Amino acid sequence: MADEHDHDHDNHLSETVLRVKALESLLVEKGLVDPAALDAMVDVYENKIGPRNGAKVVAKAWTDPAYKARLMADATAAIAELGYSGAQGEHMVVVENTPTVHNLVVCTLCSCYPWPVLGLPPVWYKSSAYRSRAVIDPRGVLKDFGLTVPDDVAVRVWDSTAEIRYLVLPERPAGTEGLGAEALEALVTRDTMIGTAKVMP
Amino acid sequence: MNGVHDMGGMHGFGPVEPEANEPVFHAPWEGRVLALRRALGAWRKWNIDAGRHSIETLPPADYLRLSYYEKWLASAIKLALGAGLITQRELETGKRDPSVPVATPPLTADKVLPAILKGGPTHRETAATPRFAAGQAVRAREINPTGHTRLPRYVRGRRGMIERDHGAHVFPDSNARFLGENPQYLYTVRFSARELWGEAANPGDAVYLDLWEDYLDVA
Repeated sequence: MADEHDHDHDNHLSETVLRVKALESLLVEKGLVDPAALDAMVDVYENKIGPRNGAKVVAKAWTDPAYKARLMADATAAIAELGYSGAQGEHMVVVENTPTVHNLVVCTLCSCYPWPVLGLPPVWYKSSAYRSRAVIDPRGVLKDFGLTVPDDVAVRVWDSTAEIRYLVLPERPAGTEGLGAEALEALVTRDTMIGTAKVMP
Repeated sequence: MNGVHDMGGMHGFGPVEPEANEPVFHAPWEGRVLALRRALGAWRKWNIDAGRHSIETLPPADYLRLSYYEKWLASAIKLALGAGLITQRELETGKRDPSVPVATPPLTADKVLPAILKGGPTHRETAATPRFAAGQAVRAREINPTGHTRLPRYVRGRRGMIERDHGAHVFPDSNARFLGENPQYLYTVRFSARELWGEAANPGDAVYLDLWEDYLDVA
């Protein structure tokens, strides 16, 4: 397999890239993995499963009180209603931000993250800086994101130590009463559903 | 294990630095590593807990130095070697051992999305009754398991309150060692920030962790 590659090009690739290519070649040659399955998996996480899924959940919760009630009671089932389920979101819990409570999600032990609704986690979420500080200094971490939470607002940090995955339901901003679910969805960013940002009108 | 991966409460890693408009993968090889490791997982030679432990047991300096997907690469190789899917010699030469028949991959392209949407739920039915109930005071055990555990050091010995009962879930400590799923009740436990970090913490703040029955005692 390696002979098929353009060697002039390969010379410029880093050692890690070469190691990955060599491993993939070996595993394909041994019949252990199907390269088309690898392509399909990359495509799913690059193009199909990402934070727009979570934004749809949030916008529906904001605009459909019955849906919100189902979401808070059984998030896994309510999220599955929209077609989002499975790997790294098998058991979902939604935590709601209010004028008196601000929620923040972390995984101090590894990088657990609700993949079906947010996709793969960003580098900062997996960083030692975030994992170490989110539990001991959440207000300091939020300041790194430009967010100051007043002292009289309780900060709740959710450390994903088991297979329960957390999605923050951010506060619907004032002045968005006239907006429909689709317009609202566009306001909901990834970080607002991790808890490191607020939704801006 | 009391490894470097158990980072909650540590100092010295600097500020969190978000990247604007971050791509899903920073280079194609990262996506290949994610896919390779998960496609190898389809052989069911290991489970998610053993997979996590393979990363935790990387040498501590490597753990801190390597990027996320570099750790996944190291882990994929370690798991595949350990399960006998590949040999050290094959890895070094890049050539398959011709004496081993070519296998048929269990995960084909058509099965990828269905497998992702199905996932691997860890909830299990149990005849056991829960030992704790919402509102009950508990204390995280002061234990130091040398194998895989999901009880972080920063809550051991600390007093908390049961917030929610999630039913029985696969117990990672035994599952990671292939000693069985040993499903037991899992609870969300609330620890006040002051209980964990002292009087300087904001009195209303709290940290919630999902902890198995074997991690907890009545307070």
